[in-house]
This record gives sequence, C-alpha cells and structure tokens, in this order.
Amino acid sequence: MQRLLRSPKILTGLFLSVAFAFLAIAGPFLAPYSPDAHASTTIGIAQPPSAAHLLGTTQTQQDVLSQLLVGGRSTVLVSLVAGVVATVLAVGFGVAAGYLGGWADDLLSMLANIFLVLPALPLLIVIFGLLGKGGNPNDLLIGFIIAATGWAFGARQLRAETLSMRRLDYVDSARIIGERSWRIMAFEILPNLVPVVATSFLFTVIYGVGTYTALSFLGVINTSHWSWGTMLYWAQNAQAAQDVHLQWWWFLPPGLAVGLFGTGLALLNFGIDEYVNPRLRAAGLTGRRARRAGLPRRSRLGMTPVLPARAPALPAREAAR
Amino acid sequence: MRLIVRRITLYVVTAIVAITINFFLPRLMPGNPALAVLGKAQSAESPQAVAALELQYGVQTRTGIWGQYVQYWVHLLHGNLGTSLNAYPASVGSLISSALPWTLGLVGTATVISFVLGTLLGVAAAWRRGSWLDNLLPAMTFFQAAPYFFVAILAVALFATKLGWFPPSQGYDTATLNPAFNWQFISNVLDHAVLPALTIVLASVAGWIIGMRNMMITTMDEDYVLLAQAEGLPRHKVIGYAARNALLPNVSGFALAIGFIVSGALLTEIVFSYPGIGYLLVNSIGSDDYPVLQGIFLIITIAVLLANLIADFVYAFLDPRIRQEA
Repeated sequence: MQRLLRSPKILTGLFLSVAFAFLAIAGPFLAPYSPDAHASTTIGIAQPPSAAHLLGTTQTQQDVLSQLLVGGRSTVLVSLVAGVVATVLAVGFGVAAGYLGGWADDLLSMLANIFLVLPALPLLIVIFGLLGKGGNPNDLLIGFIIAATGWAFGARQLRAETLSMRRLDYVDSARIIGERSWRIMAFEILPNLVPVVATSFLFTVIYGVGTYTALSFLGVINTSHWSWGTMLYWAQNAQAAQDVHLQWWWFLPPGLAVGLFGTGLALLNFGIDEYVNPRLRAAGLTGRRARRAGLPRRSRLGMTPVLPARAPALPAREAAR
Repeated sequence: MRLIVRRITLYVVTAIVAITINFFLPRLMPGNPALAVLGKAQSAESPQAVAALELQYGVQTRTGIWGQYVQYWVHLLHGNLGTSLNAYPASVGSLISSALPWTLGLVGTATVISFVLGTLLGVAAAWRRGSWLDNLLPAMTFFQAAPYFFVAILAVALFATKLGWFPPSQGYDTATLNPAFNWQFISNVLDHAVLPALTIVLASVAGWIIGMRNMMITTMDEDYVLLAQAEGLPRHKVIGYAARNALLPNVSGFALAIGFIVSGALLTEIVFSYPGIGYLLVNSIGSDDYPVLQGIFLIITIAVLLANLIADFVYAFLDPRIRQEA
C-alpha cells in the first residue's frame, strides 16, 4: 500500500480524481450564477473573462464558470454510474465465464465479443436518438445505458485471469471441501482479481466520461441539461473556435476538464499496471535519478534496471552488450 | 485457419445482432418511434398514401412483427436501407454512399499513419527507457483522455483561426471548385484533409505508443533477444527481432481500437464540417432522421467488422503459430 502511494503517477491521479469528485459534489453550490441565466439580453457576442464573470460568458451572456461548475456534477455522476454498473457486469460475466467453462463460457464469451466489436457510439446515438431529446434526462439512466455498451472489455480480461486461476490448488481444495460455485467465485477468486477489477473500473469510467461528453456534444441528449459535453455543443454551435475573435474561454474550460479528469483516471490506471508488473515501472526513472544511481543511460537487454534502496552503485552485472 | 473461421463466425453473428437491434429498438421504445416516423412523414393523406408510406418505412401494422422482421431482412439484402425523413425522397443508401468516401479516405489514412508512427515511437520509448519520450507520456495521456472533438476544436482554433495555416472547415473549397479529377481539386482536398487527419493521429497515437512500449519492455527480457545480442548482431537487428514479436498484441489491439477511432473520427468531422458520415450523422440528429441514424449505425458496424477481419488476417500472417494450428 505504501509502495502504491509513493508512485508519482498514483499520487497525481488520486489528486485529480479527488478534485473532480469534490467538484461534482460542491460545484452546483459554488456556482456564482444560474447556468441558464442571461446576464444581458442586448449583447450578442461572448464576453472575455472579467471580474463579474471569471471565465467570461457565452454568446447569450450565460456565465461559463457556473456552467462548468454545474455541468461537472452530471458529467462525473454519469461516468461513475457507468463505471460501477459496467464493472459489476464485467465481474459477473467474466468470472462466471472463466470459472464455469464449457457451454456457459462459450455463450458468455460470445456475448462479450459481440459487444466488443459492435461500435458503441453509433449504437448509443441510435438509442438516445430514439429515446427522444425532450424531457429531463435522468443521469442514472444515461449511466446505465452507457454501461450496457462498455462492460465487455473488462469481462474479457477478467475471464482470462479467472481461467488461469481456476485450476490452482487452493481453488481445487475449496471445490473438494464442497464450497458452492458462487462462493468460490466471490470469495476465493474475486479477491485475487482486485487489481484487474480496479483497472477495468477506471477504464470504464474513462469510457463513460468520453462517451457521455460525445453524446451531449452531438446533441442527442437534451441540450439544456448542463454537462461539459453540452457546453461544448453550444460553443461549437456558435463556432467559438472558428470565429475571428477566438472565444477560447468558452470551449477551453469544459474540454480541459474532461481531459484532466480522464488523465487523472488514466494515470491511476498506469500506476496500478506498474504496481502489478514492476518491469514497466523502471520507466519511472527520470534521467537525473538514473544517473545519480549509477544506472546506464541506455537500458541493457535482458535485465530490468532496479534502483537500490540507498546503495551508491549497482552491483555491476554487465549483460552482454 | 481455425482462428479466422472462428472470427468470421463471430463477425457474422455480430452483424446479425446489429441488424436485429436496429429492427427492434424503434419498436420497443416507449411511444414506438417507428410509428412516430410514419406520423412525421404522412400529413393526413389518403389511406392508399398511408399504406404506401407504411410499406416504404417497413412499419406495416398489418403484417405482424415477425413479418416485418423478415421484410426488413429482404430489404437489407437488396441493399435497401430505407428512406430518409429529412431529405425525403432520397434513400438512406444514397446519402451514406455520397458521404462514405470522405470518411474512409480520412479515417483510413489517419489510422494507418497513427498505427505506424505509434508503433515506431513505442519501440523507441521502450529501447530508451527514462528518456524524453517517457516524459512525454503524461502529455500524450491527456490527448488520449481528451475527446477527439476537443483536440479538433483546439486544432481549428490554433492552426486555422489563429495562424491561418489550414482551412478551418469543409472537404474542399465548395465556393470556387467543383469535384473533378485534376491537380487543383486534389491538392485542395489534401489541403483540407491535413488538419482533421492530424487531429485523429494526435488523439489516437498515444494508445499505440503505450501498448507497444509496454509489450516491447516485456519482450526485451526474453532469452532469445539476449541471445541475439550475445551473438553480436547489430542493434537495429536486435530491435527488429524484439519488435516483430512485440507487435502481435498491438495488431490484435487494433481490432478493439478501430471502433473507438471511427467514432472519434466522426466527431472530428463534425468540428471541421467535413462532408463525411459524421456530418451526415449530426444533421440527422438535428432533424430526428431515425432511418439515416440507423443506416449509419449499420454501415459503421460493417466497416468495423471488415477492419477487424483484415487485422485478423494480418495477425495470422505475422504469427506462424496460428497459421499452423489448422
């Protein structure tokens, strides 16, 4: 655990994720204006940042900062719901397929593979398009629908991991004692899959953010329901990036927010990957630290550079050059 | 060849599932949009006209749902994707086929560039761990995590609006040029394609770099690579040995990624008003043109399945173990 917390990737990722979680909870309370309120009805162009509007205004004089703060909740909520639901599905399908084997495995794997190759975004566009744009969209429902298209990747990974585990001695002995299948899956196998489950969760949350933002950017979800994607929809509609007076304060904040949230989650994911597979971690050495530790600048083949705890130099194991 | 047969089976089943979803979704939704479509198209006309429209949209209320399903298949097998609501007499097929070449050209080229570039950079990053390339990874992670269309908006703002290096929108100069097979038109098309292609490459390259780098690091620890070095082979040969084997998971990862890339590319097109499928998509969303949306879903699914199949063939070609399995 301590090792986990020392990784700069994990730390940065945790910081970003926690910051965005905080934003999702507190954002709507911190917003200085209502995201729908028009500060003026006479001005027809977006105003740059000022003391009254820290991030400027949109074309219709709505406060960008307030939209960002309010829209964060829906964006984070939808992606978290999508992540949780998709992970539950992935664990269910993946572990069951891997452990049960036989025709159950064939069936579940086929299902996962179908969802893996089916292009998700066009399917979601059809679903949301048919659901209709009217009415007040429900974040939970949106999360569930996105999750329905995003569980297959995790399920495939979990199946592979379970397959490699089902013939281990301790699982065999649990079976011989007479533990029931669901118990073996839930209490013998699943605890050993925690890193894979965590990676798959983070992956689907990233997928959820991207997909939700894309769907609202396209305008398939009610465009008066504030999220970072809707903000980008309106900015694109008003050609904020194409206008000769570049309205950067309008399209930059929501895009950066989506990107940073995703980056935070991805960094956490890399951190976990490196924790599980330490070989990848050697890359965390910066040039300076490596030189100070006396490591060769260019890594030799056939050996993984390892930093000694405090020793001045590495025992020189000259691999063939 | 067993792998190929198994994969083809999967793709055929997936296509059937996609078609079935496409048929049943509008009929299962609350308020039955399939009938709403009818309501939108007909404006209180004679019973004969209604019957004709019902036939055209495949929502005959008399044939029963299974009859309609069979009818839907018959239409599809004749290449009939239905009729657009918005551009009324135009068929969905004709709308898609005039947009498809733009998308295929753009996405195909950009994906190949991104894959080759990413793989090479990944090899370099693995070979020189801890070099500047590794320090670039967090920045590249951002471009991968940020939506494609946001990267596109940034590209437009910087390179088109601010610097004026590239045209900000459209596939060619529609005001001054007519499509023709001459240098003037082609160079104009290329000029308009650079920025969207650059966006797609920038947004998708990080995935290939990271995948290749991580696989390469694992492969470089294999005994045969050590042996190759011990034999005194020149460095580029040793890298070649390792890279060829590390490439395999990246090729199979291609199958997974292609759906994401195509979806991202569609959004990129929207930002650039590029006359491809993405642009058609956003117009159809705006006008609730369900038949076109569904047609696009089917066409993209089939394109993605074909791309997957090609990746499988490449995989089988690269990996002799799979070829000999049969």
